[in-house]
Amino acid sequence: MQKHFIAALAALVLALPGLAGAQEQSGDGGEQFVPVTSYRTGPYAVSGIPFMDGFIDYLKMVNARDGGIEGVRITWEECETAYKPDRFVECYERLKNRGERGASVFNPLGTPLTYAVIDRLPADKMPLITLGYGRTDASDGRVFPYVFPLLVNYWSQSTAKIRYIAGLEGGHEHLKGLKIANVHHDSAYGKETGPVLARQAEEYGFEVDHFPVVHPGIDQKAVWLNVRRYRPDYVILRGWGVMNQTALKEAARIGLPAEKIIGVWWSCAEQDTVPAGDAAIGYTCSTFHGNGTDFPLIQDILLHVHEAGNATGPVEYVGTASYNRGVINAFVTVEAIRTGMGRYGARALSGEEVRWGIENLDLDEADIAAAGATDLVPPLRVTCSDHEGGGKVLFVRWTGETFEPASDWLEPDRDLVRGMVEESAAQYAAEKSITPRSCDS
Amino acid sequence: MDELYFFLEVLIGGLLSGTMYSLVALGFVLIYKASGIFNFAQGTMVLFAALTFVGVLELGAPALLAAVVTLAVMVVLAFAVERLVFRHMVNQPQVILFMATIGLAYFLEGLGQTIWGTEVHVLDLGIPDRGLWLGPILVSQFDLIAAVVVALLVAALGVFFRTTTMGRALRGVADDHQAALSIGIPLHHVWVAVWSVAGFVALVAGLVWGSKLGVQFSISLVALKAIPVMIIGGFTSIPGAIVGGLIVGASEKLAEVYIGPFVGGGLENWFPYMLAMLVLMVRPEGLFGEKIIERV
Repeated sequence: MQKHFIAALAALVLALPGLAGAQEQSGDGGEQFVPVTSYRTGPYAVSGIPFMDGFIDYLKMVNARDGGIEGVRITWEECETAYKPDRFVECYERLKNRGERGASVFNPLGTPLTYAVIDRLPADKMPLITLGYGRTDASDGRVFPYVFPLLVNYWSQSTAKIRYIAGLEGGHEHLKGLKIANVHHDSAYGKETGPVLARQAEEYGFEVDHFPVVHPGIDQKAVWLNVRRYRPDYVILRGWGVMNQTALKEAARIGLPAEKIIGVWWSCAEQDTVPAGDAAIGYTCSTFHGNGTDFPLIQDILLHVHEAGNATGPVEYVGTASYNRGVINAFVTVEAIRTGMGRYGARALSGEEVRWGIENLDLDEADIAAAGATDLVPPLRVTCSDHEGGGKVLFVRWTGETFEPASDWLEPDRDLVRGMVEESAAQYAAEKSITPRSCDS
Repeated sequence: MDELYFFLEVLIGGLLSGTMYSLVALGFVLIYKASGIFNFAQGTMVLFAALTFVGVLELGAPALLAAVVTLAVMVVLAFAVERLVFRHMVNQPQVILFMATIGLAYFLEGLGQTIWGTEVHVLDLGIPDRGLWLGPILVSQFDLIAAVVVALLVAALGVFFRTTTMGRALRGVADDHQAALSIGIPLHHVWVAVWSVAGFVALVAGLVWGSKLGVQFSISLVALKAIPVMIIGGFTSIPGAIVGGLIVGASEKLAEVYIGPFVGGGLENWFPYMLAMLVLMVRPEGLFGEKIIERV
């Protein structure tokens, strides 16, 4: 009996690495290790699961279709963070030295998670891609050489939102006197746009007030009563997970039309709107990428991963906003590694070498078209000083079944944002005694 | 005058929210009263019941059948918990039993999501979910109906405890385990019964909260709202759970609206716990709990 017990225990111990998270086993010819820090449990799993399914499916597709990146197979290991900074730090420490030459790049999928490791990156020579989220002033690559808030950072996104509202009102001059309520997740993520909203309120003469919603946001009645008393002309919603649908429902309960609510992209997925039912119809939110399956790149995932029976999650997720965002994160990660290989050779790269690849990423429309991602991923050009790379913002409206475009692709107010980014980064550099590197050469 | 109406709106909204917290607190109180166990898994039972209900519903079953199946599952769960967990822990210190319920919570959380998935399941029970103007005051129709559900549930529990044999046995066990055993009340059966009743309460709570939020992991977190309710109302009192819920609901909403703007908001989560701490200082057994008298 005791023998059987010991044998069973041994079997369990041997099986544990497999149970710890999804892993791709290494093959011959070298492999590039990509750590996957995800959250498939907890109140934010609803948004985290389709995102990570998209991320991993893309890596699988590159391995299946192309045999890896320039012949180097991609390997990965998933680590559960539950959207908790402490657990992300644990995953980061555990995975940073995995693979032939260490981890290539982390995609934390969370602004609070990003803040938790920023100070460790230079010592570890480890890059961080925070695509569409993260610490905004890290867009200044002179001060933050290892952080890449790619495509559209939060401040750029916020200025596009103000531009969208101005469009609805008939021009920026009509913003004067408007009242905007900023209902936000009470976290580093939620608070990130406070400074740029204040600056634009001053510039255009509108009023803004902030309404924090405590984690996870399952009961927001008091917050929305405060919003009702404020009588805003527009509400900006910066939610995540369950907070989004609850916010839309509470807004409906106080009689606030959904058309007056404008959400960030992390409040702009089917998982946020479908559970809110009729309360979400007319709700407008932003995106920096295309949705749906009508892209050759997504079709390749369906062909090489889903039809091959190697999918990470259900096929119903494919084409949803969260899934496509995961795909885009993985796409940019892979292209950055490919760029790095262009310099260092087709072999496994270290974090430092991948950092160079991200910083020299230059995907124009022809590159995007060649990848089958036209209108799915916007063109991107990263430089030593500009770690954002330049993207645009599209506003979409929920019809009850799908998101439909509600605007053209809008340019953020880049001059304003860049000025603020440099100001804030310089302040950070002074606080941390960092000498910004020169990007002149 | 507008400010007065607004105050009333906040107050009424808070009281109605409080009844929803009471709904979850009732499950805790029932188990604690009958067995002295603080059931950390009550929030997860709410999630598990709601996931099972909506899962059966999505298989094509009518709502009534889904409710019956879910109730049956909760009764089976009660048997399993008693047989596999608590029967082996008789005479263990309370903290050990509490730890066992923590394990149970995580097990049920994983089991429910493994069987029924982690996505949000929409649950539409036809409860209207828009604001309703009562004169100059706006209240939530959903919350009003939820309050009626809570009232009916409390009335049903009252009838069960006072008029049925099992109900009287439960009250006997709650009053004194040893005395109940000495007159032949089967303790294990009573525990199964009380866990089943708590499962029924979890189902009702799951349906109400599931309709409000969608059925998903976050439902289990409403338990965090129920803990200060019990501390304030008392761990052993059903009326205490109701009054505690009303106090927590009203005070947290009033605090968020009237104090929040001066301190940057975000009071709703910690204010009830601060209130509970104050109650603990002056009345450790809660407002309606049984006075703790220890003979030495």
